[in-house]
Amino acid sequence: MNGVSYVELWRALLPEGCLTLGALLVLAIDLAAPASRPAAARRGAATALALMALAASAWATVRAGTDGAAFGGVFALDRLTLVTRLGVIGLALLTVALAGNLSRLANAAEYLALILFATAGFTLMAASNQLLLAFLALELASLSLYVLAGFDKTRPESAEAGLKYFLFGGVSAAFMLFGFSLLYGLTGSIAFPEIARQLAAQPPSALLVVALVMVLVAFGFKAAAAPFHLWAPDVYEGAPVGSAALIASASKLAGVAFFARLLWAGIGAPVAATWLPVLAILAAASLVLGNVAALAQSNVRRLLAYSAISHAGALLLGVMVAGRSPGSVVYYAVTYGLATVGAFGVIAALEAAGPSQRIEDLAGLHRRSPFLAGCLAIYILSLAGIPPLAGFLGKFAVFADALRAGGLTGPTGWLAFLAIAMGAVGLYYYLLILKQAFVAAPKNGAAKIFIPPAARLALGVAAVAIIVFGVAPGLILGAF
Amino acid sequence: MSRLPLLSLLVFLPWFGAAALALLPRLSEAAHRRFALAASLSTLAVALALLRGFDPARTAPQFVEKHAWIGALNVNYHLGLDGLSLILVLLTGLVAPAALGASFRSGEFRGFAAFFLTLQGAALGVFLALDFFHWFIFWELSLIPAYFLIKIWGGPGATRAAYQFVIYTIGGSAFLLLGFASLFSAAGTFDFQQLAQLGADGSLARKLGGDGSWWLQAVFLGVLLGLAVKVPLWPFHTWLPPAYAEAPTGASMFLTAVMSKMGVYGFLRILWPIFPRELQAAAPWLMVLALGGVLLGAWGAMRQTDLKRMVAYSSVNHLSYCLLALFAVAHASGKSGAFSEAATAALSGTLLQMFNHGLSAAALFFCVGVLEERSGNRRGVDDFGGVRTVAPLFAALTGVAMFSSLGLPGLNGFVGEFLIFRGVFGLAPWAAAIAALGLLATAIFLLTFWQRVFHGPVVGATPGFKDLTLAEAVPLLPATALMVILGVYPQLLAGLINPLVTAWAGQLTPP
Amino acid sequence: MNALPWTILFSFAGAILALDAGTRSAALARRVGLVATLAGLAAALLAATRFTPGPGMQTILDLPWIPQLGARCHLAADGISLTLVLLTGIAATAGVLFSWNIEERTGEFFALYLTLIGGVYGVFLSADAFLLFVFYEIAIVPKYFLIAIWGSTNREYGAMKLVLYSFAGSALVLGGMLWVFAAAGGKSFALADLAAAAARFPKNDQLAMFGLLFLGFAVLAGLFPFHTWAPTGHVAAPTAASMLLAGVVMKLGAYGCLRVAMPLFPEALAWWQPAIAWLAIAGILYAGLVALVQDDFKFVIGYSSVSHMGFVLLGLAAATPQAVGGAVLQMFSHGVIAGLLFAVAGRIVYDRTHTRRLEALQAMPLHRLLPFGAVVFVLAGMASMGMPGFSGFPAELAILIGTWKASPIWALFAAAGILVAAAFTLRVVQISFFGRTTAAADSAPGDGLPFAPVTWPEKAGAVLLLASTLLIGLRPDLLLDWINPALQSPLMQAALKGGQP
Repeated sequence: MNGVSYVELWRALLPEGCLTLGALLVLAIDLAAPASRPAAARRGAATALALMALAASAWATVRAGTDGAAFGGVFALDRLTLVTRLGVIGLALLTVALAGNLSRLANAAEYLALILFATAGFTLMAASNQLLLAFLALELASLSLYVLAGFDKTRPESAEAGLKYFLFGGVSAAFMLFGFSLLYGLTGSIAFPEIARQLAAQPPSALLVVALVMVLVAFGFKAAAAPFHLWAPDVYEGAPVGSAALIASASKLAGVAFFARLLWAGIGAPVAATWLPVLAILAAASLVLGNVAALAQSNVRRLLAYSAISHAGALLLGVMVAGRSPGSVVYYAVTYGLATVGAFGVIAALEAAGPSQRIEDLAGLHRRSPFLAGCLAIYILSLAGIPPLAGFLGKFAVFADALRAGGLTGPTGWLAFLAIAMGAVGLYYYLLILKQAFVAAPKNGAAKIFIPPAARLALGVAAVAIIVFGVAPGLILGAF
Repeated sequence: MSRLPLLSLLVFLPWFGAAALALLPRLSEAAHRRFALAASLSTLAVALALLRGFDPARTAPQFVEKHAWIGALNVNYHLGLDGLSLILVLLTGLVAPAALGASFRSGEFRGFAAFFLTLQGAALGVFLALDFFHWFIFWELSLIPAYFLIKIWGGPGATRAAYQFVIYTIGGSAFLLLGFASLFSAAGTFDFQQLAQLGADGSLARKLGGDGSWWLQAVFLGVLLGLAVKVPLWPFHTWLPPAYAEAPTGASMFLTAVMSKMGVYGFLRILWPIFPRELQAAAPWLMVLALGGVLLGAWGAMRQTDLKRMVAYSSVNHLSYCLLALFAVAHASGKSGAFSEAATAALSGTLLQMFNHGLSAAALFFCVGVLEERSGNRRGVDDFGGVRTVAPLFAALTGVAMFSSLGLPGLNGFVGEFLIFRGVFGLAPWAAAIAALGLLATAIFLLTFWQRVFHGPVVGATPGFKDLTLAEAVPLLPATALMVILGVYPQLLAGLINPLVTAWAGQLTPP
Repeated sequence: MNALPWTILFSFAGAILALDAGTRSAALARRVGLVATLAGLAAALLAATRFTPGPGMQTILDLPWIPQLGARCHLAADGISLTLVLLTGIAATAGVLFSWNIEERTGEFFALYLTLIGGVYGVFLSADAFLLFVFYEIAIVPKYFLIAIWGSTNREYGAMKLVLYSFAGSALVLGGMLWVFAAAGGKSFALADLAAAAARFPKNDQLAMFGLLFLGFAVLAGLFPFHTWAPTGHVAAPTAASMLLAGVVMKLGAYGCLRVAMPLFPEALAWWQPAIAWLAIAGILYAGLVALVQDDFKFVIGYSSVSHMGFVLLGLAAATPQAVGGAVLQMFSHGVIAGLLFAVAGRIVYDRTHTRRLEALQAMPLHRLLPFGAVVFVLAGMASMGMPGFSGFPAELAILIGTWKASPIWALFAAAGILVAAAFTLRVVQISFFGRTTAAADSAPGDGLPFAPVTWPEKAGAVLLLASTLLIGLRPDLLLDWINPALQSPLMQAALKGGQP
């Protein structure tokens, strides 16, 4: 054990510190502000503060550097951490800017504070290199998300979403904790490198398999991988749009980065044969179920949920091949997050203008708001994996890694082919969305849609980022 | 020899006329007529110029134009003219203006003339091209204007007839094309002369698949099919009667006089030189088919009551004589004895018959056309009677054409058929004997036609039938005059082809 | 040569400008479309004049792009690419001219149109498999919107079917390409590198990889029985999109087969050869026979495209120099001719008669009412039949010659295909324009149907396409002299050798 350096701790935790401080400030200022101030002004102040906190956190992340383990190995400050933290913060920024129907929520400041807390949990997940810290990070993020999901007290669906998410999340946390404790029991350590060393040294045991299955099941819940996906459609449908966006984007990215680290650095390649098949089954089931079930959806958000399930399959595949370099899967998760946040941003703008749950409510979007329609096209096509958008390159990079590991007959090769085939299925429902947006005529009485400037900016940034990352993937891939 | 590219002029002047008619603004009908006729007559003018410079004693192609064209396919723009081509060019020069003149009164004359001139140029190109690539261009291109001439200006059944005509011919052509594709893949050239040389010394078979393989035979069959449909050789003739019968008069004249010769020309220029052995082997069978054409053509004509169909069937009959003679020669080639003389006779007869049939059949179609026009589109044998009494000039001109067609001595038709019979008798007496039945049948149906329509009481559509004015008769007069002149003095024409034919026969005789 | 990348740039830049221009006025968007396509055509022509034919792709631009994947932005061209780039320029320009009457959402139309064109140019100019695939996919999605928004009959179904087929095909390609890339070590997507590595793969892997790549590309080329997207898609599409789909996009598939699948796996080509050839023949004959009994004008032409693309695929499968050269020539030829046919059926006729049912057209004396359309369609029909003098003829001839060398039986069936093509083409010419030609029609009612006169863009487009097919029909060496040297490159030679038994 190295000596404990609090300077290191400060450096490693500064991003989370910024976020937490920001969250507290948001709450405090909102409390302190006189009730006579108009709600819009309070919301504006809170939003500005939240954005500042996120920016500061990003700055701190960059400053933290990538020089390896910190604070006695509790934190891993490497490129994975850096990129994931930045990605999470960026996605949270977009979420905050896009959560256009905050006006519908009472207590906007609390909402924003929760987003900041959740983000802190995400960044901590990205950095944690130790079971205990990881669990804490995960729970910080999850608890914030449970509340976020059920935040809209005016809609029963939101409460349902929050409850469902909480129950499933709680169960999965229990699984994970159980798995962690077994790992600790097997190896006598909670530090990832030590666990890996111990596991490599001992013969594979049934207990290990149980432990891994527990962890992976929990992962499946978190990532909404089939067959543990059941919460996802309801949460995506019911949660306030910003919450859903955060759950779908930043939470995924943090989870993927965390599990990639846990599985490859923490449990290790030598015992990969025990957990790779489990992941493979989860991935295959998600790919098939997500894509096929999405075909039958008529609700945009549920459709996005099933699309998320199918993407979870591809992300699991990415985690399976992240051993050499997690670059591909992180790239995938970041760009997937961008597209999803963007898509939810579009939904937010639509919801502000009227009902927008069904796909048909998108009809004539190209007339109601060409900007929104154009952005939506970019997000959806990126989700579908059409070049030159980032979604394509994410898939391409992940599948290339999957095939590098032994060709078609290798452990992941067949999954890559399955994913490619399912991609062709996916295009169908993605096009259904775009068909409504571009082909169908607007319904009678459908008015032009007003988009707040911040949301407009965020939507544009997301779209441009998707294109830029698609054309120049080296910006992310090159970091690894 | 002239420095002008006469042969190209021959082909492109009519096309130029067609393009000018189609693209230039509409003028008066009379101007269209004058212009179209001039373009059509250009063929005759150039043909006469060629005639002046033509040296019958040289058997190789003359006035040759050869320019590199498509390097990648080893294609040259290669035109040449020998005796065979010359008489066909002359025939085209004579018949085409007449046919155009006979169509002056058709509706939309401008369009008619444009198609007609395109057809004329394409036919000339077929007679002059010495490289398969553009030969085939001309060959196929002739179909499209012919199609539209029949389809747009034809009778009530024209749509079906025209469609059938083109599909049959293209069906044949597809195999012809495949045949040449295979020849090219073996020999690397499309040039007829080079291919003939390879065919003659047997190296073609080796290149195509080695000794003992049947590929050359297969290719031969493909090419044969393409040509046989065009002539047509029995039993590939079924497109012909409806097409000729439904076509407008001018088109029928040109189709029968010139286009049917394209097929025979193909036999002489392509099939025989390139596949001498295969043709010899197949000749007995082909002779049977040719005899089938002779007999069934005549038989078919006898059974018609529609005059146009009757003339159409008679064309099948007459062209089958040409093919019969060629097959007989091919069959007997290599034999010694009196072969050479008989072969010369048969081949001369073939060539003369091609020319003569062109004149007489075109004239007959013209005459039927006159009957049709003046009777309100009636053309049954029974629709008329005693036309001679009311229209003596018309009857006389028809008579000449008819008797030329049935081979009355003193008219041109006789010379060709006589030579053919003489030759075939020397080469394959049995065939000559059977073919003679055809002569008899021809005499029967033509005389029936003559008797029923021109003699007897004035009935049916005849009353009120006006005789031809001199102006109307103009298109017919040169042909009629030639029928008589060539009947009396066949040497005028035979002189152009004799050395060529002698050379052909000479090649076949063993040294 | 250096002008070629501008074709891509002009198209994409034009797409953005058109989108903006569309918000101002339709006329402006049209002009942007025309200028962008003309600029592309001019760049292609300029490159053509400076092109020295030779073996191998001549690099124009080679920049590092994604080092992590070994993908480079490598643009290069040989005679085959140049031929197809030129075709794209011609077809694209003509397509804009035939879209002059698009009034609704004009800016978006031309933006999508130019995006598609840009993707197509890119595919033809890519020397890097990854880049090629990116452009290939870029060309897929605009098709959906072009058809679904501006199409006619059953447009949403046709659009969806077309895009899903295309995408399924490209999924096969993606799988195959990734597999090859991974198996080759995952260092480079350069075609030459991949080919060098592919030779060492196990035989069975080679067979499977070739199958994925070739079939994937061939879906877009309309290989039987994966062709069904083509007729429905073509029929549903607006005129310009039909022209491009049949004219250019189907060529992408064939080009992919030729550029990627065949050179990489010559040995596998030998194994797959009979299957592909017979499928191609089945396509030629089946689609031709189906075209013979259609009663929708555009369906006839849609099926005819499948039939003609069968010749291309047969030529590729035969893998002899003449056959492949002929196949490339046929790609050009069919691109121009199909464009012309669709232009007449979709723009000149349908936009005026508002029906495509042959029965209904038969009742109109169209050759009298639309003489220009009649002349163009007759000429296009002749070209489509493979009449000599038009570009289809030397192409089909070369394919026949080359195929005969590979297998005379295939050539025989292909020749039968020519006959079928003649039959259905003539039938549709006859019914559509010359349905009523007899004397009775002269004074028939209907002469007074108020058809708008043929406009100058239509005339210009038709003349452009007709001139192209005639020029290449009479001077096929203009293109063959580019194509044949390109077949001498080591990669192509390997592919051709692979096809020899």
